[in-house]
Amino acid sequence: MQTVILATILLLLSSLAFQLGRKRALAVASGHPGTLHSLPGYYGWWVALWCGLPAFAVLALWVSFEPGLIRALVINDLPAALQGLPTEQIDVILNEVRNAAQGHATANADFAAAAEHYLRLQQTGYAASVAVTVSLALAGAAFALRRIHAQLRARPRVERTINIFLVASSTVAIFTTVGIVLSLLFEALRFFQMVDFLDFLFGLNWSPQMSTRSDQVGSTGAFGMVPLFTGTLLISAISMIVALPLGLFSAIYMSEYAQPRIRAVAKPALEILAGIPTVVFGFFAVVTVAPAIRAVGAAFGLNVAAESALAAGFVMGITLIPLISSLSDDVITAVPQSLREGAFGLGATRSETILQVVLPAALPGIVGGVLLAVSRAIGETMIVVMAAGLSAKLTANPLEAVTTVTVQIVTLLVGDTEFDSPKTLAAFALGLMLFAITLGLNVVALHIVQKYREKYD
Amino acid sequence: MAQASVAARTAETVAARLGRRYAAERRFRLLGLASILISAGFLVLLLGTVVAKGWTGFFQTQIAMEVSFDADVIDPDGNRDPAILDAADYPALVRNALAARLVPDGDRSARRDLSALVSTMGAEQLRRMVAQDPGLIGAKANVWLLASDKLDMVNKGQATDTLNERQLGWLAELNKAGLIRKAFNAQFFTGGDSRAPEQAGIWGAVVGSFFSLLVTLAVSFPLGVATAVYLEEFAPKNRWTDLIEVNINNLAAVPSVVFGLLGLAVFLNVFHLPRSSPVAGGLVLALICLPTIIIAGRAALKAVPPSIRQAAAGLGASPLQIVAHHVLPLAMPGMLTGTILGMARALGETAPLLMIGMVAFIVDIPKSPLDPSAVLPVQIYLWAGSSERAFVEKTSAAIMVLLLFLVVMNMAAIWLRNKFERRW
Repeated sequence: MQTVILATILLLLSSLAFQLGRKRALAVASGHPGTLHSLPGYYGWWVALWCGLPAFAVLALWVSFEPGLIRALVINDLPAALQGLPTEQIDVILNEVRNAAQGHATANADFAAAAEHYLRLQQTGYAASVAVTVSLALAGAAFALRRIHAQLRARPRVERTINIFLVASSTVAIFTTVGIVLSLLFEALRFFQMVDFLDFLFGLNWSPQMSTRSDQVGSTGAFGMVPLFTGTLLISAISMIVALPLGLFSAIYMSEYAQPRIRAVAKPALEILAGIPTVVFGFFAVVTVAPAIRAVGAAFGLNVAAESALAAGFVMGITLIPLISSLSDDVITAVPQSLREGAFGLGATRSETILQVVLPAALPGIVGGVLLAVSRAIGETMIVVMAAGLSAKLTANPLEAVTTVTVQIVTLLVGDTEFDSPKTLAAFALGLMLFAITLGLNVVALHIVQKYREKYD
Repeated sequence: MAQASVAARTAETVAARLGRRYAAERRFRLLGLASILISAGFLVLLLGTVVAKGWTGFFQTQIAMEVSFDADVIDPDGNRDPAILDAADYPALVRNALAARLVPDGDRSARRDLSALVSTMGAEQLRRMVAQDPGLIGAKANVWLLASDKLDMVNKGQATDTLNERQLGWLAELNKAGLIRKAFNAQFFTGGDSRAPEQAGIWGAVVGSFFSLLVTLAVSFPLGVATAVYLEEFAPKNRWTDLIEVNINNLAAVPSVVFGLLGLAVFLNVFHLPRSSPVAGGLVLALICLPTIIIAGRAALKAVPPSIRQAAAGLGASPLQIVAHHVLPLAMPGMLTGTILGMARALGETAPLLMIGMVAFIVDIPKSPLDPSAVLPVQIYLWAGSSERAFVEKTSAAIMVLLLFLVVMNMAAIWLRNKFERRW
């Protein structure tokens, strides 16, 4: 909260600096703004940048380093017996100290002292950051104001700063990717120090629950990801069996047959289907679809699990219909009219034209779209978390409960924050695999789609 | 002669096959229509189930009781000390009122059955009444008490097994006396989460969603617009910009749960942002919807005709002035449309928020983006996993609210697109 106040103060100072810079430029021009190199506003911007940029940079550094610094100082001040504890226990102690600092009662005298120290450090730190940033802002503004003269090239300088900002923004995408890869890789490597890579890749057993003491039964969990991937593939396959025909035929009907009136209703309806959050579909799967499948199964004398792969895959298929239909719609409309007219000229009916001319011509694009849908199905989380279950079974029976990669990632991480156990780190290894697989699928899919598109250009 | 007969036979075969071909054509066409209808049917079924299960969640059952505010219970010393008034045994007043009306000489188990009819909110209601008007003490008043979720379920006809025989009998008796009503559930819209379904509300999650989206917007909109402007207007065509482009396209297709892992590893473990806070959630969501905004922004910039740029350049504007004064204002509606659609997606995103701890059970309404809070889709997820039957209707009702927000956002995007659509 205090940081927000400080940032607001800095913003106000900068806008004040803008006004001063503008006035000063006009004064330097002594009534003839035409003699200035740039428009007066640019001098204002220049001064405002000098005022704001260094101060905000220091503020950002301060905000990112202050917690670590205070933490180190507080730990340093704790009794020596406490300092030697492992990191997690120190974290617990620090939490206690922080609570005490916020006015909650604490029984431990050491903690009370540390809390006082903590509060003092925070206050000093805040006062120091205010002093440093505000004086930096004032100094920057004063420096810039003094340097304003008629020949000062204010506009190019301001524009260069803005250009740097634009370039920096566009690198955020790269930093995000690098961040994803590094964070996954880093934690996954720690995981592979504890669990053999080949065991992870080809192991047939998945039971990440580990006992806390080494002498208990099951003290070493099993981390074989094969059951997870078969579960994922099973659910994805079911979803594609649902989504592929429905999506493809919808696209064919809409692009080749439908009256504009029907199209005007059907297309937005599919878009609504695409816009509904997956958590809603998950709820739908649990409350409506799974019981229905159970009832139907019971009527045939089958024993369907409460959380079956079929229910999750079926509902996921529904969510993928719009994706497949819109992608196929695009490629089908991109097939040149002359191909159809040629087929009509030979006496083919519409359906024959579609099946024998349009679809083969659109096939690479459709395949690409299907691959994108598969990668979406593999990475989809909420529906399977809610409807697929947790038992890592190696089965191809859609009526049984299976688990998927994404389900395991979520269950391994929710509520568990210790980063030393293979249990938590396994989630990152799974995430790395998921990232690699979906990325590979996407690249292949985009490649196919683009290669196909070039044919008619 | 032979030729003519061949031709006649050919014509015959063709005529015979023609019927089959037309039938195949009709079948194919029907297949297409059927798949559209089935897909639309799923949509109707989905929305229908949610509305059918959820609309009752906007109402709640209340029981009218004549409560006697016994001075002995509330304020035995008679000095009206607010601390004593606050700590008094109000649940006893509720129990007494129920017992007086239904079973004046009931035993212990009867009284236990009785208190299961009324929500623990009932006592809270009385506490507030006394705090507002201490004059009530010693008097009697008719109060509509919030019923428990079990009674609520039975009264709405959604379950019969949540109450026992005796309780069902009481309910029938109360109903006959006109002491049961269904009132608008204001608590649902103003309260935070609760373990008791009849007290659970979505306001905490709405506020949390609002803060998260605020952070998302504040981070992703400037970055997205700046990136789109740079790539579309200034970037040279070289390996570096190719790399950026490929990256953006890939990011758009990365599973959202992977973004959750990134958020956990970077925002929580490296930068120590507060767990389950809208700040951390908003930052993750910002990264997720950044590609959407950039791609929409570039399309909007591309749609601005070059003649505008040339005209401005001809008047001596610098490249940045061309963009800032002429191109960007014209492209802004398109960029905003893309941003709203990206935000709508972010509003429904759940999985990455689970990773950064937004599944915690939080009753308080968040006051700033740094407070721990829930968000709407995660609230839905949490309620969907609750075992109490009454949470099914709460979940559905919360879904209706979430969908309402999504519809409003999408309508805003469509309105914006139509209002500012322009052909050059």
